[in-house]
Amino acid sequence: MAIDISDPSIDTLAPTESQIVEERNLETVEMTINMGPQHPSTHGVFRMVLALAGERVQQVEPFIGYLHRGAEKLGEAGDVEGYRKAVIWLDRTDYLSVWPNEHCYMLCLEKLAGLQVPERAEYIRVILSELGRINSHAMFYGAFGADAGATTPFMYAFALREELYSLFEAVGGQRMFPNYFRPGGLREDVPADFVARVGHVVDTGYRACDEFDRLLSGNEIFLARTQGIGVVSAERAIDLGLSGPVLRAAGMPLDVRRVEPYSLYDRFDFDVPVGTRGDCYERYLIRLQEIRQSLGIVEQAIRDLPAGPIMGNAPKALRPPKGDAYQRIENARGDFGVYIVSDGRSAAPYRVKYRSPCFVNLQGLNDMVVGAYVADAVLALGSIDIVLGEVDR
Amino acid sequence: MGIIAPDRASAGTSSAIGNQTAVAGAPGTLPELNPQPENLYARLPQGIVTTSVDQLFQWARKSSLWPMTFGLACCAIEMIGTFMAKHDLDRFGLIGQVGATPRQSDLMIVSGTVTTKMVPAIKTLYDQMPEPKWVISMGGCATCGGPYYRYPTVVQGVDQAIPVDVYIGGCPPRPEALIHGILKLQEKIMRQAKEGRRPTPDMELVLAGDGVAAA
Repeated sequence: MAIDISDPSIDTLAPTESQIVEERNLETVEMTINMGPQHPSTHGVFRMVLALAGERVQQVEPFIGYLHRGAEKLGEAGDVEGYRKAVIWLDRTDYLSVWPNEHCYMLCLEKLAGLQVPERAEYIRVILSELGRINSHAMFYGAFGADAGATTPFMYAFALREELYSLFEAVGGQRMFPNYFRPGGLREDVPADFVARVGHVVDTGYRACDEFDRLLSGNEIFLARTQGIGVVSAERAIDLGLSGPVLRAAGMPLDVRRVEPYSLYDRFDFDVPVGTRGDCYERYLIRLQEIRQSLGIVEQAIRDLPAGPIMGNAPKALRPPKGDAYQRIENARGDFGVYIVSDGRSAAPYRVKYRSPCFVNLQGLNDMVVGAYVADAVLALGSIDIVLGEVDR
Repeated sequence: MGIIAPDRASAGTSSAIGNQTAVAGAPGTLPELNPQPENLYARLPQGIVTTSVDQLFQWARKSSLWPMTFGLACCAIEMIGTFMAKHDLDRFGLIGQVGATPRQSDLMIVSGTVTTKMVPAIKTLYDQMPEPKWVISMGGCATCGGPYYRYPTVVQGVDQAIPVDVYIGGCPPRPEALIHGILKLQEKIMRQAKEGRRPTPDMELVLAGDGVAAA
């Protein structure tokens, strides 16, 4: 990839004052426009009200809540086996990469209830989580390209996603929400050709990544539209609590898999891509790199996959002792956390709380969008990579 | 549709190619069972096609349903996947519009959970679509609330706000299921040629008025 990303000749923000307006004393009116909740580029039912001076955004007001479905409250539904059931609403929060969230919930529940997970089950969980991350980043690639006006990469992204969905269906029985992880392990063992299939998917993934790069990463229109756009500095990102590729693009090498390794991530050798400038282009590059790193993790996990049982010592009726537990993971979007409170006797949790990275990352929208053009606002929003299920839960 | 076509079984000189098929078949086989010649023009009925205007219009409408990009939640991802290369919806006439405006759509695929906050927007968008329009409710949430049963902010089915023509179950429905639903809608559209379409509010006014024929 021969791309010079430090080219200073790229003009980012031209002066807000217009010479013509000043010289001729023209009256300009600030316009308020509404984007969403139905909009092709708001990535879901997200609404932004923008106050514009010409094409420049002066103020932005985001509205969320159009997809509030009560994942947390329904998790307290206590009729039958609420601890096991609460995960189905969590699946549907981050519906692009389903597995990491499921993984986080199971880890948290196992922490709370003191359950042991066999190694084979954990390896398979890691493999599926990383494939889920790839799934989400592929969707990001397609949607981000579409935001910039490129409609073809979307097709290629979904070609990769269909491969992954076929694998998920073979393993779990359903493409999107297989509900395959269980407290203590997995619902059932993987099919006999799992290793071969995953190897094939990994090969496809590497080729797809190269194809994604060839399609978009060097395209001069794409570069002009994404470089220097939506910049958030590292200090500001830390202040706002951003996480994930948004934070790493700004220069902070914070990945929960490195900082607080969970599951088996301390056994795998992978890089954490970090940027320098904190703009949309770097977030895009980081996510593409993360696909490659995830493929590397999957390769290592498949190589080391042990034989053995896939379910630990979880009782059928799960009643964790009174207390609480918090588990953080690195989601495709950032620092995802599950907090479960148990009262010791109910069939369902007393409280489940999900710390959503998208919800927090959206706080950075103001910094990214104010002062930029409307078209840049669309790209900045796309580069945060929100999924409204997670924002609204 | 009724087709008035020349008699193929006759070995007259009207169609030399028709002669060839009769000859090419083995003795004793019916001419209709012989494979059709490759010439397209020979396969078209040479004659007059009769149909009703209603059927013609409904055929045109069902063959180019343009959906409004209305993805709400997880089902939207499967809907987008159905538009993509593996399960192409373009071959059914549904184009994935780049400019997704309700003003130029005739199909609204409600894919995802409908919340109470979203209902005014859905109603507005539905009203902004010009007639004739159809609604497919895709997935469990849009059909009946789905897994979010009785959650206060989740509307238990989009048909509480707008009329729905086809319901597709699933969480999320497979792309094949969505295609099946669209094909069912196309069948329904053709049936509407005889049975008439769902009366719209303004049509009802017209029908209740002084006898001006409805469109």
